Amino acid sequence: MKKKNSLLKKLANKAYEFGFVSKIKTDIIETGLNEDTVRLISEKKNEPEWLLEFRLQAYRHWLTLDMPTWAHLEIPSIDYQAISYYADPLKKNKENKNKEIDPELMKTFEKLGIPLEERLALSGTAVDAVMDSVSVKTTFKEELKEKGIIFCSMSEAIQEYPDLVRQYLGTVVNYRDNFYAALNTAVFSDGSFVYIPKGVRCPMELSTYFRINAANTGQFERTLIVADDDSYVSYLEGCTAPMRDENQLHAAIVEIVVMENAEVKYSTVQNWYPGDAEGKGGVYNFVTKRGDCRGRNSKLSWTQVETGSAITWKYPSCILRGDNSQGEFYSVALTNNYQQADTGTKMIHLGKNTRSTIISKGISAGKSQNSYRGLVRVSKNADGARNYSQCDSLLLGDKCGAHTFPYMDIHNNSAIVEHEATTSKISEDQLFYCNQRGIGTEEAIGLIVNGYAKEVLNKLPMEFAIEAQKLLSVSLEGAVG
Amino acid sequence: MENLLEIKNLHATIDGKEILKGINLTVKAGEVHAIMGPNGSGKSTLSNVLVGHPAYTVTEGEVIYKGKNLLELAPEDRSHEGLFLSFQYPVEIPGVSITNFMRAAVNAKRQYLGLEPMNATEFLKMMREKRALVNLDSKLANRSVNEGFSGGEKKRNEIFQMAVLEPTLSILDETDSGLDIDALRIVAEGVNKLKREDTSSIVITHYQRLLDYIKPDIVHVLYNGKIVKTAGPELVMELEERGYDWIKNEN
Repeated sequence: MKKKNSLLKKLANKAYEFGFVSKIKTDIIETGLNEDTVRLISEKKNEPEWLLEFRLQAYRHWLTLDMPTWAHLEIPSIDYQAISYYADPLKKNKENKNKEIDPELMKTFEKLGIPLEERLALSGTAVDAVMDSVSVKTTFKEELKEKGIIFCSMSEAIQEYPDLVRQYLGTVVNYRDNFYAALNTAVFSDGSFVYIPKGVRCPMELSTYFRINAANTGQFERTLIVADDDSYVSYLEGCTAPMRDENQLHAAIVEIVVMENAEVKYSTVQNWYPGDAEGKGGVYNFVTKRGDCRGRNSKLSWTQVETGSAITWKYPSCILRGDNSQGEFYSVALTNNYQQADTGTKMIHLGKNTRSTIISKGISAGKSQNSYRGLVRVSKNADGARNYSQCDSLLLGDKCGAHTFPYMDIHNNSAIVEHEATTSKISEDQLFYCNQRGIGTEEAIGLIVNGYAKEVLNKLPMEFAIEAQKLLSVSLEGAVG
Repeated sequence: MENLLEIKNLHATIDGKEILKGINLTVKAGEVHAIMGPNGSGKSTLSNVLVGHPAYTVTEGEVIYKGKNLLELAPEDRSHEGLFLSFQYPVEIPGVSITNFMRAAVNAKRQYLGLEPMNATEFLKMMREKRALVNLDSKLANRSVNEGFSGGEKKRNEIFQMAVLEPTLSILDETDSGLDIDALRIVAEGVNKLKREDTSSIVITHYQRLLDYIKPDIVHVLYNGKIVKTAGPELVMELEERGYDWIKNEN
């Protein structure tokens, strides 16, 4: 008992490591959402007419929609009029028309381990740093440009490469797709844009770091990645937010276009503020991520480690359009305390001999609810399609829930679809075995959970994998007394 | 010789049922003790209580180990202080390689002793040496802890861990169970190689055959939660010939 109490105490004292608030003068528009809000955002970003029209169409469609209720989530009602849809932490200096980066802002990203000065950068990683609604800085832009690679903020891409953006934006995730996709299309502020030209292997990892700072704002970022024929890129995404008592909304769209023989790896370590131990506060993470494998032999691989957010609603998916194209989804979703996650993937087999792999590892602790939801669809013409799905759940304690909702929709008799699922618990005997070898209970849980998730963690780029391992251990601290 | 372990009038329960009913036992540095006895006499309970398994409650008595009150130490600290249990049924830990597992164990102990973590090169070299000592296949060392291991492989892995952690007092709980004669010999040879003048062992077994390889200095018979007989190694032969019934009848 003594031990249990000290563990609980430790949990109570354990602060979310990224929960600080930065004091940065931020230009925040008034709360509320109507056509004028959409126009204001578009105007602030100096957007072309077609984009404003695109936003307005989405907004009008959004008005006709209701929040989806099919997920295994209890979502409190959200007052969309109480949210501010644009917050800009870059101050505008009247004498100097250029936006300056506030030193506080530089410090914030440094504190998060994301230095914005190139000389301090992690080796081989270019970063686009997004705070609230605005991209703050993108590193190594010039080096990449020499190879013809475009890596910049979405706002900049709209100004500098309007034709490319117009050609691809909204072609993978239509604003009619769902409630949050419509909302995002109407009010999206910033995000990253990546274009890899034909035959180019991107020489460094590209990454975007998303940070919500301002209170009562939503973050609606939009990322678009286009990998042209025979190209390759590995892209990383990380997210954190301050600890606040109110919930914050994050509704993003990620669209990926993969052309013939091209390969895209997209890795996420999602660590938005999960709320406190009593379930107060935390980010609502309602995200639509989808990639379209448009050419022959194109390949898209999603890897996600989801440890943050109060509520996660997220299904990174692959449309396997080109013949022989491949989709992969590797996921670790960890929920603790009162967190809820409903996450999984959709693999849509349209082309011949398309293959997909789904490996999902759910970890539930505390009073959390953790669901895997996945769809494998094989269309009439997708001869020789194959899917392998493995969905494992690990329960820590007896007050949490793990659920699996696999859907299969098969219209071709030559398809081979396999599904395996397991549910397990960390046993007292496993923990004691570790204790006897001198390994304390918390470290033992971290070790066992990391072992359980190893298959997915191995898919992450090295530096990310180490971070993710630590994150899994920290997120579970105090989960078992 | 110094007393390494002193058990005085130890009583322990599981689920409210008393299993140990007043154990007295003293182990001096360098000694090998055998604890024998029929099934259900409390042998495994005694080893679990000594290493601090949370399912058992000590209701009376004390245990002094290296001059410290052992019962006040957390299980991991008992390990750091040199107490090792070779489990009767080692558990599987999927996805955790033996190398990672042992690195966590070794570094936890070093931290307890105020030492820096061992660097990777040094650690891997040590692992190789210990593996050779107990004839553990290098392929086995890269697999997950006990996952899919045969009975013999599991026991050999226990002895390997013992070699790495270099305990002062090792308890071998029915290490012979589930082993054929060759596996038994290999495991016993490993244990003998690890024996030093200042380390002690408690060998818990139902049968004589393990004690053909690991020679005890002192033999105890545990029956109904108490040590009812203590003698020299000759007791092993007597038990083998006469079985446990005469002991049951005497008590």
